[in-house]
Amino acid sequence: MSYIRSKFEHPQAQQNTLGFTRRDYEGSISTLCAGCGHDSISAAIVQACFELAIEPHRVAKLSGIGCSSKTPTYFLGQSHGFNSVHGRMPSVATGANLANRDLMYIGVSGDGDTASIGMGQFAHVVRRSLNMVYIVENNGCYGLTKGQDSATADVGSKSKAGKENMYQPIDLVSQALQLGASFVARSFSGDKEQLVPLLKAAISHHGFAFIDVISPCVTFNNHPGSTKNYEFVRDHLNATGTVDFIPMREEIITRYEKGSTQDVTLHDGSVISLRKAAEDYNATDRGQSLQKVREADTRGEILTGLLFVDTDAQDVHSVINTSERPLNSMSEKELCPGSEALERINESLR
Amino acid sequence: MKPTDISDPEFFHQVVDCQYACPAHTPVPHYIRLIAQEKYTEAYMVNWESNVFPGVLGRTCDRPCEPACRRGRVEEEPVAICRLKRVAADNKEDYKHLLPKIPKKKNGKRIALIGAGPASLTVARDLMPLGYEIDLYDEQPAGGGMMRSQIPSFRLPIEVLDEEVNTITDMGVLTHYNTYVASLKEILDKDYDAVFVGTGAPRGKDLDLPGRKEADANIQIGIEFLASVAFEHADSIGERVLVIGGGNTAMDCCRTARRLGGKDVRIVVRSPFEDMKASPWEKDDAMAEDVPFYNNHVPKEYVVENGKLKGMKFEKVEAHYDADGKRSLVPTGEDLVFFECDDVLMAVGQENTFPWIERDLDIEFDKWDMPSVDKVTFQSTNPKVFFGGDAAFGPENVITAVAHGHQAAISIDLFCKGESLTERPAPFTNLVSQKMGIHEWSYDSEVAEDVRYAVPHAAKEEALQDRMIEVELGFDKDLGYKEAERCLNCDVQTVFTEARCIECDACMDICPTECITFTPNGDEEELRPRLIQPANNLEQPLYISDELKTGRIMVKDEDVCLHCGLCAERCPTSAWDMQKFYYSVTKAG
Ligand SMILES: Cc1cc2nc3c(=O)[nH]c(=O)nc-3n(C[C@H](O)[C@H](O)[C@H](O)COP(=O)(O)OP(=O)(O)OC[C@H]3O[C@@H](n4cnc5c(N)ncnc54)[C@H](O)[C@@H]3O)c2cc1C
Ligand SMILES: Cc1ncc(C[n+]2csc(CCOP(=O)(O)OP(=O)(O)O)c2C)c(N)n1
Ligand code: SF4
Ligand code: SF4
Ligand code: SF4
Ligand SMILES: [Mg+2]
Repeated sequence: MSYIRSKFEHPQAQQNTLGFTRRDYEGSISTLCAGCGHDSISAAIVQACFELAIEPHRVAKLSGIGCSSKTPTYFLGQSHGFNSVHGRMPSVATGANLANRDLMYIGVSGDGDTASIGMGQFAHVVRRSLNMVYIVENNGCYGLTKGQDSATADVGSKSKAGKENMYQPIDLVSQALQLGASFVARSFSGDKEQLVPLLKAAISHHGFAFIDVISPCVTFNNHPGSTKNYEFVRDHLNATGTVDFIPMREEIITRYEKGSTQDVTLHDGSVISLRKAAEDYNATDRGQSLQKVREADTRGEILTGLLFVDTDAQDVHSVINTSERPLNSMSEKELCPGSEALERINESLR
Repeated sequence: MKPTDISDPEFFHQVVDCQYACPAHTPVPHYIRLIAQEKYTEAYMVNWESNVFPGVLGRTCDRPCEPACRRGRVEEEPVAICRLKRVAADNKEDYKHLLPKIPKKKNGKRIALIGAGPASLTVARDLMPLGYEIDLYDEQPAGGGMMRSQIPSFRLPIEVLDEEVNTITDMGVLTHYNTYVASLKEILDKDYDAVFVGTGAPRGKDLDLPGRKEADANIQIGIEFLASVAFEHADSIGERVLVIGGGNTAMDCCRTARRLGGKDVRIVVRSPFEDMKASPWEKDDAMAEDVPFYNNHVPKEYVVENGKLKGMKFEKVEAHYDADGKRSLVPTGEDLVFFECDDVLMAVGQENTFPWIERDLDIEFDKWDMPSVDKVTFQSTNPKVFFGGDAAFGPENVITAVAHGHQAAISIDLFCKGESLTERPAPFTNLVSQKMGIHEWSYDSEVAEDVRYAVPHAAKEEALQDRMIEVELGFDKDLGYKEAERCLNCDVQTVFTEARCIECDACMDICPTECITFTPNGDEEELRPRLIQPANNLEQPLYISDELKTGRIMVKDEDVCLHCGLCAERCPTSAWDMQKFYYSVTKAG
C-alpha cells in the first residue's frame, strides 16, 4: 500500500520569481477517484498560481460540498481555506471578502453545489460582483453521492444505470452572462493549455470571474451514453480562440494577423490576448457572447475559451463604498464606535 | 521521435542504472529487496551467480554502480549498494546445496587457466558445471590473485577470501599453486582444448630519479611491498614513510605502513587532491588514520647520505587546465621541498608484462607489448588462447575481471563446441506486473527519505595495532534493512499502453518528480527542453508512446523517476502498470 507522495522533487525543478517550485503550491494528496477531471483542475490551479508567482498566504480557498468542493484540500496547502455547507460557498466568500478585501478568493464548487442547492446563492454572488474567481467543476452529476443526474446534465444524456435525463439543463455560462458577471469563460479539465491561461486571467481580473470547467466523473459519468465523458467532450469542443495571458511585467512579443487578435488589458496592466477562431467574435460584447453560446449549443457544440470580459466592472466594495483598509485590520474601537455614534446615526435617519 | 521499443531488453536495462553500470550486470535492486526481506542466503546467491565473490566485493568493490545510482540524482548520496552486498554475505546461511552440480562424467575437454585471480576463477566457476576438466596454475601459494596479494587484510579478511575461492576450487578444479608458468608454449604442448590467460598486471612502476640506486635498500615498489606483507615475508617498516602516488595502491600502502610501525606516514602526489585516482572513500579512510596528503608535489630526487636514504626532494607545482580540460602541472618556482624519511613506497602505477609468452605462438602483440584481444570474445589471434582480467586490457578491478571471466567462459565453451564465437547468447529477461490491488503492489513502493547510513568502523587505536583487524564492521541487520529501504526499485518499470489512455492527465499531475508530459511529437533535441521539467540529462533516455487520440504523445523522462507507482495508481484505465523487469546476463552452457 503506498498512496504516499514522496517529498523528493525534480532536482532541477523550475522556480518562479518567488523561488517557489510548482510543488510548493500543492496540497494533500487527492482522495478522489483515479482519473477524476477535478484533479486535473487542481493541477491547473497549481500551475496558474505557480506561474503568476502568487504568495500562498494571500489566497483564500472556499468551497461547498461535493467531490469538487473537496479539492481545495488538494492544492495550495499553504493558503487559507474554508470548506462550507452545501451550496453556501458564496455566502462564506462574501463574508470573508467583506472582512478582508486584500486576499484573493478562489471559490470551487460543483454543478450540484451551484446549479441545484446553491442556485440562489450563485445568482446573488454574481449580481453583487464579488471580487473572486468562481470555478464550477462541472461533471453533470452528483459525484460524491454516487452519480445522480445534476441540473447541468443534458437532455437525453444517460446515467451510469442507463436512464436518460428528461429535464432541460441549466447552462451556467449563460446564467452568469445574464446575471452580469464581468468575466465569463468555459474550459475542459483535459485541456490545460486553455485552462491555465484562463485561470491566470480570471485571477488577475478585478471583479467576479466565472469559469465553468467540464470535468468528467470517471466513476459515474464517463460511459458512452453520457455527454460529459472524456471522448464526447473532446469531440464537441469548439473554442472561441486561443487565450494567451501576458502579465504586465512582460512585453507582448507575439503578434498575430490583424483582426484575428483581440487584446484586453486588465486592471493591473496585464493583457489577455485572444487569438480568435472566428473573425467576428467580440469578447467584450455581452449580448453577442450570449448569442454565440446559444448558437453553439444548438449545433451541439460546447463553446469554450474566454467568452466575455468587462474590464471596467465595479466590485461590491466600490458599489457600497467600503473603506480601502480591510475591516479585519481595524480595531474594535474603530469597528464599534460606541453608543454615541449609533445615537448620531439613528438621529440622522429620523 | 519514434515510439520506444520496450521489447528490446536494452531499454529497460538502462533504466536500472546500477545494474547497467555494473560490469557483471548484477541484478542489484533484486538482491536489495531480498535483504530487506531478510532473505540473506537468496540475496547472496543472486550475487554469487553474477559476481562470484559477494563477500569480497561487498568489502572491496570499486562500485561503478554507486555513482550511477538514481538515488544520487534525486538526493545527495547513492544507495550503499556495495555494503549491502556484504550484509547478504555476512548473514547468509548454508548455501552449498544451492551451488551448481558438477557432473561426475566429464565432457572430455581440458582447459588451462594461468593465474588464479578473479578472472580465471570465474572461468572455472562457469565451466566446471559444464563438465570441463580444468588445470589452474599460479605462482602464489593459494588462489585469489591480487585479492590475496594486494588487498590488505584490514579491508578483506583472509577467511572471507578463502571461503569464496574454495567454493570454486572445491568444484574439482586441479590447482597447481606455487607453479610459475615460464612458457606458454609448454602449456600449449600439453594439448589443452583452450588456454585462458588471467595473469593480471603484475609489474609495479618505478621512478628513476637521482639517488635511486644508492637508496635502493629503502625503496620498495608498492605492490611488491603489499604482497610481501600479505605472504608474511615482511612485518615492519621505518617510522617515517613517504608513499609516492595517489591511487588506491598508495592508500593501501600508507595504511599498511601505519600498521607495521610507520608513525609519520605521508602521501606525496603530483596531482591536486580532486584529481587523485584513489576512490573518495579510500582517501577518507587513509586520512582517518592520520595520513596527511601533500598534493602538487612532483618527486625530483632521492637524498642519500653516507650510502643511506635520508629523504626526498619535491618540486611544488600548480595544475593548469586548458580549454579542453587537459591538465598541465606548472612549477610554482619555489625552492624544492625536502621531506625526511626512512622508507619510500612507490605506488605510481602498474603495468602488464608477458615475459613468459613466446612471440612465435601466433599471438599478436601491439606496440605497447599488449596482446591483441577481441573486446567481445576475449580471444587472441591464436584461436585457442583467451585473455581476461587485468591481463587483457590493463589494470582494472575485481568486478571487471569477473565480467571478463564470464564472457571468456562463453567463448571457450562455444569454441570447444565448434560454434561461432560472435553469436553470443541473448540475456535472460522477464517482465511481470506487480499489481495486487488499487494501491497495492508486490514491492514496497513507498520512497524512504532517509539519508545514506554510514558503515560503523572499528576504533582507530585498536585497528592500527594489528593489520588483521578489519576496519569496516559492516551494517548489522537493522542498519542493512534501513539502507535497503533507500533503494528506489528501478527495476520495477513503468510500462505504458497507449490504447488504454484517455488522456486525463492524472499521471502527469501526480508524479512527484514531474517525469511525464503529454505533448505534440517532435525531434528529441526539440522535445527535451519543452517537457514539464526539461530533460537535460542526455544520458538518460526518454520513453515515447505512439500517437494518442488527441494527436499528442506521452513522453516520460526516465532520469529521476522514483518508481513510486503513483502514476499507475492514479491511472483510471491501467494504461500505466508497474512491472518488474528481470535481466540477467546469460552464462556459458
Ligand atoms: C594494491 C591494490 C589494491 C587493490 N584493491 C582493489 C579493490 O579494493 N577492489 C578491486 O576491485 N580491485 C582492487 N585492485 C585491483 C584488483 O586486485 C585486480 O584488478 C584484479 O585482481 C585483477 O584480477 P585478474 O584475475 O585479472 O588477475 P590478478 O588478480 O592480478 O591475478 C593474477 C594472478 O596470476 C598470477 N600469475 C601471473 N603471472 C603468472 C605466471 N606466469 N605463472 C603463474 N602465475 C602467474 C599472479 O600470481 C596472480 O595470482 C587492487 C589492486 C592493487 C594493486
Ligand atoms: C444540505 C445538503 N444536502 C444534500 C447533501 C448531499 N450531497 C452531498 S454532495 C451532493 C452533490 C454534489 O454534487 P456536485 O456539487 O456536482 O459535486 P461533485 O461531487 O459532482 O463534484 C449532495 C447532494 C448535503 N451534503 N448537504
Ligand atoms: S466520484 Fe466522480 S467526481 Fe467524485 S472523485 Fe470519483 S470521479 Fe471524481
Ligand atoms: S513511478 Fe510514475 S509517478 Fe512515480 S516517479 Fe516514476 S513516473 Fe513519476
Ligand atoms: S492517468 Fe492513465 S489515462 Fe490518464 S493520462 Fe495518464 S496514462 Fe492516460
Ligand atoms: Mg458534479
